Amino acid sequence: MPGRPTPGKPTQGKPRSGKPNAAARTRPADRVFKFLSTSAAVSIMVILAGVALFLIIRALPAITASWSTNPELKSGVTGGFASFWAYVSPLAFGTVWASVIALLMATPVAIGIALFISHYSPRRMASFLGYIIDLLAAVPSVVYGLWGILVMRPFLLPLQEWLNAYLGWIPLFSGKVTSTGSSILTGAVVLAVMVLPIITAICREIFLQTPKLHEEAALALGSTRWEMIQLCVFPYARSGMVSAILLGLGRALGETMAVAMIISPAIIASFRIITEGENSQTIASNIALNFPIATGMQRDALIGTGLVLFVISLAVNMVARLIVNAGTGRKKVFWRKEKVSTS
Amino acid sequence: MSKSNGVAKSISVKDLNVYYGEFLAVHDVSIDIAPRSVTAFIGPSGCGKSTLLRTLNRMHEVLPGAHVTGEVLVDGDDLYGAGVDPVTVRRQIGMVFQRPNPFPTMSIKENVLAGVRLNNRRISRSAADELVERSLRGANLWNEVKDRLDKPGQGLSGGQQQRLCIARAIAVEPQVLLMDEPCSALDPISTLAVEDLINELKDSYTVVIVTHNMQQAARVSDMTAFFNIAGSGKPGKLIEYAQTTTIFNNPAQKSTEDYVSGRFG
Amino acid sequence: MTAATEAFRHPAVRNRLTTRQLPKRAGLYTLIGAFILAAAVQGLTGFNWFALLALTCVFYLPAIYLLSRVKENRRKALDRLIRSLVTVAFLLALAPLISTLWTVVSKGLGILNWEFISTSGGAARINPDTLELVSSSGALQAIVGTLQITGLATLFSVPIGLLTAIYLVEYAQPAFWLRRTVNFLVDVMTGIPSIVAGLFAFSLFTLLLGPKAFSGLSAAVALSVLMIPTVVRSCEEMLRLVPADLREASYALGVTKYVTIVRIVIPTAIAGIATGVTLAIARVIGETAPIFMAASFTDSFNANPLSGPMQTLPVMAYTGYKFPGQNIDLSNSQAWGAALLLVLLVIVLNLVARIIAMIFAPKTSR
Repeated sequence: MPGRPTPGKPTQGKPRSGKPNAAARTRPADRVFKFLSTSAAVSIMVILAGVALFLIIRALPAITASWSTNPELKSGVTGGFASFWAYVSPLAFGTVWASVIALLMATPVAIGIALFISHYSPRRMASFLGYIIDLLAAVPSVVYGLWGILVMRPFLLPLQEWLNAYLGWIPLFSGKVTSTGSSILTGAVVLAVMVLPIITAICREIFLQTPKLHEEAALALGSTRWEMIQLCVFPYARSGMVSAILLGLGRALGETMAVAMIISPAIIASFRIITEGENSQTIASNIALNFPIATGMQRDALIGTGLVLFVISLAVNMVARLIVNAGTGRKKVFWRKEKVSTS
Repeated sequence: MSKSNGVAKSISVKDLNVYYGEFLAVHDVSIDIAPRSVTAFIGPSGCGKSTLLRTLNRMHEVLPGAHVTGEVLVDGDDLYGAGVDPVTVRRQIGMVFQRPNPFPTMSIKENVLAGVRLNNRRISRSAADELVERSLRGANLWNEVKDRLDKPGQGLSGGQQQRLCIARAIAVEPQVLLMDEPCSALDPISTLAVEDLINELKDSYTVVIVTHNMQQAARVSDMTAFFNIAGSGKPGKLIEYAQTTTIFNNPAQKSTEDYVSGRFG
Repeated sequence: MTAATEAFRHPAVRNRLTTRQLPKRAGLYTLIGAFILAAAVQGLTGFNWFALLALTCVFYLPAIYLLSRVKENRRKALDRLIRSLVTVAFLLALAPLISTLWTVVSKGLGILNWEFISTSGGAARINPDTLELVSSSGALQAIVGTLQITGLATLFSVPIGLLTAIYLVEYAQPAFWLRRTVNFLVDVMTGIPSIVAGLFAFSLFTLLLGPKAFSGLSAAVALSVLMIPTVVRSCEEMLRLVPADLREASYALGVTKYVTIVRIVIPTAIAGIATGVTLAIARVIGETAPIFMAASFTDSFNANPLSGPMQTLPVMAYTGYKFPGQNIDLSNSQAWGAALLLVLLVIVLNLVARIIAMIFAPKTSR
């Protein structure tokens, strides 16, 4: 309804209910409960501010220190770096690099699974199949780590040797091939398995929301199922798919255990994916591996890298949410238009 | 709990404007409703009759931004006077909604007692049993459910659910009973049962009913108020308020006649 | 008389709608053919389950495409190819699931016995019969730690999460700044990497209590940071599912807002809320990195979450591999035992969530 100016004359002057004398009308128990729930909501702000604040307090000394002269920082796990930024940059690169490789592998499979569940499998099986994929997300990451060490490393070893032998001229596959399988490729495959259910779950939801009328219209024109999907489902779901991938990226960036247990890294920025001991390392895995053996100041440096990871994944998640929200906004408008046209 | 049946009160609405935020939904309504009578509000969709009904027990305030100007006097007390608690108002003016809405987590018996229990009033077991029976009998439902009082309220049929909601509303012994299209979700047989009930209720309550169904208004009400709207985005207005027989047989306004004779709306 | 009516009078033996179409079971036969071919190739190169299935796909996909291309048309061929591809994608996702579960069960079952569950590891003792020093392999300290830390985290997260959800659904005006901010921050919180939550708890407790501030409480705080947004979102969703009718019915009886929320809205949504909380617990119970940061690890029994390092099942699985004791085989098998226990816990929690949802769902549906 349009918010047009009121034609009526307010005969008695001020409005008689709504905001005025609210205090007089609210009962004490009501007020206490409202206060409790509002403070819970405020506590979310406090917690998040606390996370940022405490990380900054701990990390700041290490970020500002001179790494070449500080006795703690120039040796041990942080040794050999000119500054905090020289230390964190290759790690940040490795984090993004491993996640991107994982996503390149996970995305097509995840979208395929989502399509299979939403548009190809029998309808009454859909929720069961979805549950099976959700089980993938329920397996703890440390279990994936153990599985990666025991199963995936030897499983992928022949593939990596083959890639190095025949495609070694591509920089990606160059270098001395891994002998144990502890390469970034193995880590990325395990990461891909872990982000798969997230991307699948979101895509599946969006695919299922495609307006039935559009789908039926396309099928009635004689399209095959795949043509219908291209015509109706993908255009409708595009923004949702992008944000699903970004949310998967957010998960991959922060994943610690699987990477820490599988990859044997160095703190360098390298595109090589089938080497060991000379490939990139991720921030989270670096923290997990070095935290127990680090000294006070080195721990602060590691916390600083955690802060950088926080910022990166925050940025990725925010972009994803913005796209989601823009997408749902569009959907609402869309829906409203349909409503109007039918009434 | 010792109130007699002589609690019905009169309602007097004076110069009432109802707003949703900036939007004026109902313009300048004045209407007097006698105790122990049935008054029907009729009119086309969007004319503000349900909105007006909801202002009579301050239920419209549940929607954010809704407010009124003007007065609603119940036996002379202004519902919108300073310091009036809407919760107290609603305890005295009951309401039945369009769709039956028994509480899904409660049994039939608990549903009837909900108003008493949720307001933390202490009530003895025997008094509770008596109140349940009295309310369910009052709602013409006792014979159908007396053997399954502990079964969930949602297991009943739609018409039974609506009568359960009426029993729930009268269990708190209100002075006025507001009904917002109480039969629109019911089949004809259940509708008949509820209409019979309304006829009985008017012996003890002041009943105000909103209905889309003109035959229903003609059947159950003593007085009828016709509301109309000039167009989309315009406020609803009270066009005519008179004896039901007058409204249906000899209306003063042309638009009333058009509406009740089915020429528009 | 037109040709059409002629055809109607004397129906043709063949339905013209079925021309240029592969027979009904063509896909199945092709699949069987591809499988046999793959098996034959395997006979030459040596047997491997995964390679067998992979080869079957490699043979099947082009075969079905070409068959359909020849007999049907390009559009149908593409459709069949895509259908096969998405099915393969689904099966591909099953492979790691089955492989992981199989590995965990086969590796962990050996050590999983009553002694493993009921004794705590670490403390070496002398076997009275042989007078040899044996190290116990138990996981009791990790089980107790996991239950305590997750329990504490639940205790912190559920009230905050549920009350925040109540604020968002029942109290906040849609456009109010606090609502929009909190909504946004919950999204932000969902994206906090788990290790960052661990670093936060470590920083918080070391700044407040000094350098050796490892404790179960600290780990519970870290897990809460991860758990709260999940709880908020699932509770919010469930509260929104409660029909507005019920709130109105309650208000119309003269019931105050908070009684309406506590006695009508929450009981109506309780099954969904319980399911959501259970799934949130299942999600954080397997977290390793934050607990590792905040509670460190230990082999000795510590049931006091307020002070001292505490062991948990996921950390036990990790340290058993990464920092094995003198008996490496024993450490590794302990790791697998802990992993199996953890997976069992997660599966049980998921089942419990399903059962809660199933038992309570029909009653609240209208």
